[in-house]
Amino acid sequence: MKKTRSDKEKMLLSGNEALALAAFEAGVKVASAYPGTPSTEILENLSRYEGVYTEWAPNEKVAFEVALGASFAGVRALATMKHVGLNVAADPLFTAAYTGVRGGLVLIVADDPDMHSSQNEQDSRNYAFAAKVPMLEPSDAAEAKDFLKSAYRISEEFDTPVLLKSSTRVSHVKGVVTTDGTETSSVTPGIEKMPEKFVMLPANARKRRIELAARMERLRDFSETYSGNRTEWGDRKRCFITSGVSYLYVKEVFPEASVLKLGMVWPLPGKMIKEFAGKVEEVFIVEELDPFLELHIRAMGIACRGKDLVPAIGELNPTIVRQSITGKKAEGIFEPAAIPMRPPNLCPGCPHRGIFYAISKLGAFVTGDIGCYTLAALKPLSAMDTCVCMGAGIGNAHGMAKALGKEGLGKIVAVIGDSTFFHSGITGLIDIVFNRGDSTVVILDNRTTGMTGHQPHPASGMTITGDPTVAVDIGALCRAVGVKHVRTVNPHDIVECGKVLKEEIERPEPSVIITKAPCVLLPEMKKRKDKKLYVVVSGKCTGCRSCLKLGCPAIEWVPLTEEEAKQKGCKAKQKGYSQINAVLCDGCGQCAPLCKFKAIVVEGEGSDE
Amino acid sequence: MLMKQSGNILLCGVGGQGILLASEVLSSVLLKAGYDVKQSEVHGMAQRGGSVVSHIRYGGKVYSPLIEPGTADTTVSFELLEALRYLPFYRRDGTIIVNTQKILPSPVASGMATYPDDVLDQLTALELSVHPVNAFEIAAAAGEKRAANMVLLGALSAFLPVKEELFLDTVEGRVPEKFRKANLEAFRRGREAASIKKTRNVKGNDEGS
Repeated sequence: MKKTRSDKEKMLLSGNEALALAAFEAGVKVASAYPGTPSTEILENLSRYEGVYTEWAPNEKVAFEVALGASFAGVRALATMKHVGLNVAADPLFTAAYTGVRGGLVLIVADDPDMHSSQNEQDSRNYAFAAKVPMLEPSDAAEAKDFLKSAYRISEEFDTPVLLKSSTRVSHVKGVVTTDGTETSSVTPGIEKMPEKFVMLPANARKRRIELAARMERLRDFSETYSGNRTEWGDRKRCFITSGVSYLYVKEVFPEASVLKLGMVWPLPGKMIKEFAGKVEEVFIVEELDPFLELHIRAMGIACRGKDLVPAIGELNPTIVRQSITGKKAEGIFEPAAIPMRPPNLCPGCPHRGIFYAISKLGAFVTGDIGCYTLAALKPLSAMDTCVCMGAGIGNAHGMAKALGKEGLGKIVAVIGDSTFFHSGITGLIDIVFNRGDSTVVILDNRTTGMTGHQPHPASGMTITGDPTVAVDIGALCRAVGVKHVRTVNPHDIVECGKVLKEEIERPEPSVIITKAPCVLLPEMKKRKDKKLYVVVSGKCTGCRSCLKLGCPAIEWVPLTEEEAKQKGCKAKQKGYSQINAVLCDGCGQCAPLCKFKAIVVEGEGSDE
Repeated sequence: MLMKQSGNILLCGVGGQGILLASEVLSSVLLKAGYDVKQSEVHGMAQRGGSVVSHIRYGGKVYSPLIEPGTADTTVSFELLEALRYLPFYRRDGTIIVNTQKILPSPVASGMATYPDDVLDQLTALELSVHPVNAFEIAAAAGEKRAANMVLLGALSAFLPVKEELFLDTVEGRVPEKFRKANLEAFRRGREAASIKKTRNVKGNDEGS
């Protein structure tokens, strides 16, 4: 059911839910995104509101271009992404700063300090400086809502795209939010040709460049009076300049101190900062990741402490803030216990496990990519040798093949997920075909974007709202760009996968192997009734551990002492046996052919006991 | 009942155990009880069978969404071993509700590591009030094996300065009709189980009584 209106109501919302509510209240008409932790739930939630068009784009560049187009048409528009997504969308962003907007345009970027679910940590504030666009940074869900609404007003008043920066601890923290009425933009939707503003030929761009500089000056003046920037006077000895979630940590640890809280982190309110610094004894700058505020505040000639005390790596928290500012360590804390790790793992029945097991047997160098399947790099599969960014595995494989020539043939394979292939893999594949490469690319078609929680992608056959749409045919697409050898395999069939992989990687021509089997977490897979249960036939397991090399969470090793082995009628040397956890087993059957002793069978079938 | 002004609650366990739903219910209840609330969790990679933790802080005004080491007043571990993973967060004399159900971490399942057989002993050896609950069994007895998270939420409710009805109303609103009765029953039995253990516990913890 679509949400239609919101009352003056107190709710507990995550930052992402609050941002979706704010987009609705701000009258956003078009929103586009590519899923990425911790930003995904913004669009997911917004898609449930009435009167807003939402979509999953193939990547962040397209998402921002769609939002920019909607803005050109005079409506309020939104693009959302994670920090690395902004790298992809940077190209249109930098020029959108020149064109400016018609309808209000905001790009929400969610950073992931500490890399909870990312391959690097980046401080997106640097983009505001580099692209010359204003950036707001809320501290919690309530502020996220207020700031997104003011971002639209700023965008239209100053004719600029606005960045709103979130982070894991804003996006995924629930806090109290009050709903408000909706507002509408004063811009009239429609087609308006404005070539001097929208066509960035050098002659036009040079004029816009000057306008852009003048706009930044106006925004700098605005930042001096913007309500999101405020001074909270208290004790004036040890004082803080801070923003975002770091502000909350400062307030938690130093509730008595004077604090200059910056809601607008670019451009900075120079006068306000100088005035604050002039009235206090010592200024400490507390910020996550890069010394962004510190660099620009030092450049104003203001003496302060910052990254000489506060770490520039990883997330902050109250303990780190306290220790770095006061030098005092917490006492009386329980020592951590020495216990086994619990790393994330591919799910029982995951189709990726089958193909990666087959790949691990090739002994090839695997150029990998971003998704659940990156977990195949972990033991015992150990079947991924690179992971850089979305789409990189394909280019990496081609580059290695070109570097090694004949020596490399049959020794390298690229693996990429389906959603990732649409995001950034297609161009890499075209490069292989175009430049007479010979690489093999394995495309993992599980019908969905798994890692971020099952968002449909261009081959899923439905949109963000579940409406049916064309499902792009991955095989036909690969053939259309010129790949002659495109084969489809069932990734659960490890024996067949091994055979096809060997044939294709040894072929001195480009080839694609598509593995086709749905993610087991998709609702239709969870509900299926014909699920088989595999069991280890009692007494048949010799303890060879072959099945354990799959790393399936459902297969459990039961250790035996010499005495226990004898009692069970096993050889005294047998160190243990495998059993299958019936609650976890998803019935994929990948394990059965790995057992030379035919000890793994479908329950009720093939057992002779 | 003694009205506590603020508190830190840690929920931990394994991805897929319903920790996020329990966190949501708990946070809504605290909001309805008139507190400011912040709840922090991590999505994405961490949920693929990995260790999951949720921080819930409540009080007159809550700034930091993260609980500091040594300050978690009450912890619910949805899995036995996970109760040891977050030790540094526990306040001395804090309360720990432990589901005695085991979920083998992958290094244990594959025979590379051993699941410690003295988790409860390790916990009770510390200055903590430990309350073991067999949530899976209790949930099954209540008629819904998948309601172990409600059993644990029920157990936790016995230690919080919030009326039981607020919990029951919120659970009712959050659970689909078909599962409602069993979930409410699971909650009640969990609350009961915690109370029994509490009186038996020699170290004692009279909070909320």
